[in-house]
Amino acid sequence: MTDSTVVISRAEYCVIACAEAWRGDGEVLASPMGLIPSLGARLARRTFAPDLLLTDGEATLVGADGAAEGWLPYRRHLTMVTGGRRHVMMGASQIDRFGNQNISCIGDWAAPTRQLLGVRGAPVNTLNNPVSYWIPRHSPRVFVPEVDMVCGVGYDRAAAAGARYHRIPRVVSDLGVLDFATPGRTMRLASLHPGVTVERVRAATGFELTVEDKVPYTRDPTTEELHLIREVLDPEGRRDGEVRR
Amino acid sequence: MTDKTMTPEEVVARLHSGMTLGIGGWGSRRKPMALVRALLRAPVTDLTVISYGGPDVGLLAAAGRIRRLVAPFATLDSIPLEPHFRAAREAGAFTLTEIDEAMFMWGLHAAANRLPFLPVRAGLGSDVMRVNPGLRTVTSPYEDGETFVAVPALHMDAALVHLNRADRLGNAQYLGPDPYFDDLFCEAADSAYVSCERLVEPGGFADAVPQTLLVGRHSVTGVVEAPNGAHFTSCVPDYGRDEPFQKLYATTPWDEFATRFLAGPDEKSYQSAVQAWHEEVR
Repeated sequence: MTDSTVVISRAEYCVIACAEAWRGDGEVLASPMGLIPSLGARLARRTFAPDLLLTDGEATLVGADGAAEGWLPYRRHLTMVTGGRRHVMMGASQIDRFGNQNISCIGDWAAPTRQLLGVRGAPVNTLNNPVSYWIPRHSPRVFVPEVDMVCGVGYDRAAAAGARYHRIPRVVSDLGVLDFATPGRTMRLASLHPGVTVERVRAATGFELTVEDKVPYTRDPTTEELHLIREVLDPEGRRDGEVRR
Repeated sequence: MTDKTMTPEEVVARLHSGMTLGIGGWGSRRKPMALVRALLRAPVTDLTVISYGGPDVGLLAAAGRIRRLVAPFATLDSIPLEPHFRAAREAGAFTLTEIDEAMFMWGLHAAANRLPFLPVRAGLGSDVMRVNPGLRTVTSPYEDGETFVAVPALHMDAALVHLNRADRLGNAQYLGPDPYFDDLFCEAADSAYVSCERLVEPGGFADAVPQTLLVGRHSVTGVVEAPNGAHFTSCVPDYGRDEPFQKLYATTPWDEFATRFLAGPDEKSYQSAVQAWHEEVR
């Protein structure tokens, strides 16, 4: 536990919540997309998940100190995906209650009002290796009743497609952690970041969320974790640019 | 042995409107930009472009040269969204065949191996199936009985790629960390054109680490020496991405950008215009 006088920022809770996605994964590639997931993956690698594989963001696998230990160009990266030895944390422009995710476009695909990235590897990721999501701004514009273009496959569609390797461990937002631990595999509020209320999450979610009677808070970072985040992994405080204090 | 060296103009003279063109590299990395710029100076249009899209797609889309785009994304990497691709797509300027990154890779493998398709565990359950109603599935003939997407071969009339070094015969070497899929692009196309940072003379690959010799001459039609030819995308270790220039590209109205940088008669005039801009803003 941390000293009770230390003030922990929301961004730091987000880093912890992202790091926890990789707990117990063993010797798999952690693929974080975005700053906070990246800090989370590196924190997990340095603490409770020492077997994780990390890349330098290009084609080199690196150890905790950044030294090269392997080669992972795109074509081999795609083999890690389909071989299942990878857990990615992607972003989502839209996500629905079953975890269907969209990064392609907003509006009708045939004539989009806003073209975004494209499906990228979301279809192959979600059918082959665990996929978690990071949403830096929890809002009804992101958490929607229905996404405009299903890129990442959610639980309902995965079941219909007979997808045998589909799993969405968690969705981390700036407000809390969500998962799909419900009988219908719909989104549930798993924890609140301290300072956030259930009402606030509900108001920021565009569909009905499963909320149990007592929602726990996202755990505090340990003294060592806080030191790693603040002094080693992100001494410039870039995390506060992604999740404001 | 055949000397396959050509100028960018000789390459585009062999390309024609309506053809299917593959472009190597990935996002804003090692794109054959000198060849794309030569294409922009030629009257070639109505193209089907197959690419892990970057500014190659943005430039050709903005210039109205694309009829159909086959891609899993278009990005400038450090600038996540490709503005000219977005604008063209939102204006309905071309038809999009949007497939997943892995589907795309297996489509290249299928074409390179003269197979009509390859099975992929990707696409099912996603709207890739909805927006590509022509996609078919196959069922495993073995006990598992699993259903897969049968990704059709991404066969091309011509492919354009850019590597660090090449010889006059068409053997080409990459020196950066990632081969991307450039060898597959060459093998998946009826003809392939390799631009390179520097031509090596006969025997120049004697000391090369063999696995860096990515592209084989049997799959190459023409070789172009184009120093800085991937500009403004990266071509490490020769150079990184020209971030200030890429930002300029992404924030300047298309006509203004094209007039200043692309209206000259050749690649040299582009490189001079870029140099002048850098001196101006220094």
